[in-house]
Amino acid sequence: MSGLKDAGHLFRFLGLFVIAFLVFWVIRGFVVPKSFGEYGHYRGAAIAEIASHPIKFAGHQSCEQCHTDEAGTKAKGAHAHVNCEACHGAIFQLQPAAAAPPENLYQRMLAFAGLRLPADPPLVKHADDPMSVTPVKPDSAVLCARCHTASAAKPKGFPQVDPAEHSGGVPCATCHNPHSPVIGSDTTATAAAGTTAAAGGAN
Amino acid sequence: MNISRRHILVLLPAAAVAWKHVLAGTPEDSPNYRMSDHWWGMLIDIPKCIGCGNCVRACQTENDVPDGFFRTWVERYHVTDTHLENPEVISPDGGKEGFPIAKEDEGKYFFVPKMCNHCADSPCTQVCPVGATFVAPDGVVLIDPKYCLGCAYCVQACPYGCRYIHPTKKVADKCTLCYHRITKGLTTACCEACPTGARQLADLKNPKDPIHEFLKMHAVQVLKPQMATGAKAFYNGLDGSVR
Repeated sequence: MSGLKDAGHLFRFLGLFVIAFLVFWVIRGFVVPKSFGEYGHYRGAAIAEIASHPIKFAGHQSCEQCHTDEAGTKAKGAHAHVNCEACHGAIFQLQPAAAAPPENLYQRMLAFAGLRLPADPPLVKHADDPMSVTPVKPDSAVLCARCHTASAAKPKGFPQVDPAEHSGGVPCATCHNPHSPVIGSDTTATAAAGTTAAAGGAN
Repeated sequence: MNISRRHILVLLPAAAVAWKHVLAGTPEDSPNYRMSDHWWGMLIDIPKCIGCGNCVRACQTENDVPDGFFRTWVERYHVTDTHLENPEVISPDGGKEGFPIAKEDEGKYFFVPKMCNHCADSPCTQVCPVGATFVAPDGVVLIDPKYCLGCAYCVQACPYGCRYIHPTKKVADKCTLCYHRITKGLTTACCEACPTGARQLADLKNPKDPIHEFLKMHAVQVLKPQMATGAKAFYNGLDGSVR
């Protein structure tokens, strides 16, 4: 028994280790997010957070609910496979800064400390306020040229023109209906051009 | 970053407020979306790409990508007969505003849209020291911006150059395959905006997805297959000179 006579300091060390471990365990319980390890070595809640980002391109299905005429024309034309927002831009738009709701206390404090976390800007939807929130009216001279300007780099079968030579500065929409651009192929035209082009499928 | 005592005093109550939100749980869940039912990838059809840059602009709008950084970008290759192994590659501003006109010249031109390959065995997730980037159960490689330290190991590890450090958030950033869209039944912003259907979102776990028929009928390749990253960006008509 006398061998343990001087072992008191060892037990005190052991006690310290146990206390340190308990402190570590308690702190860990608070600091590690509940969802960490739910699916793997990461915070499972991050997935839902990323999935909750705001959507800006609503998708052509959304446009087609109201704009049935344009959708019908387009479906029969050579642009059947071009989605609405490819030309008109995203229909969810940023709310003007003045109308943005005030930031919360946490964001204000971070901003004060110079460590501002950028917040998602508020969005408004064309469908909620069709008169004031409107998609950009595209400038056909820029928009059409972006795809259809002739270049040796583009696929050979793709319709291409030299804009200056082709129209001499006249806006494309003077002659072409952008929703069904082949001249003479209006809504009554055969669906041939549209269906072959759409075979690749949008989406 | 220099954090003074004053900053700490300000940050402590701020952190206490933030903590309440962290403990409050997750933001809105998507009720009808089951991660285990999907395995996402992307099909990129090179012969269809016209280099208009619609995808790059749509991505920047949808995801607030800062100017000069790209979650997706388009490269134009020019391969001449004498330099098959050394193509001339350009990507002015990521191809966002299109490309300079190419005159008829020797050799061949083609466009290659690039993006995160959402690798099944991705090098970027393996090097992250804190578990801030991961392959989600549905095959999408994501970044948790609240956990990321901004150490940029992943930026170096990605063999495809798809990651960058966000200039204001100071965390790693990259394509999420529009995770906020695909979990709600929409396609990605780049696919939505592509006028020729050169990009198509693919769900490899959905037996009705046209990707299966396409993979069967076409010669499809991934980038850098020798690195065995399990890349899920499938390229149709990929030229051997593409790196």
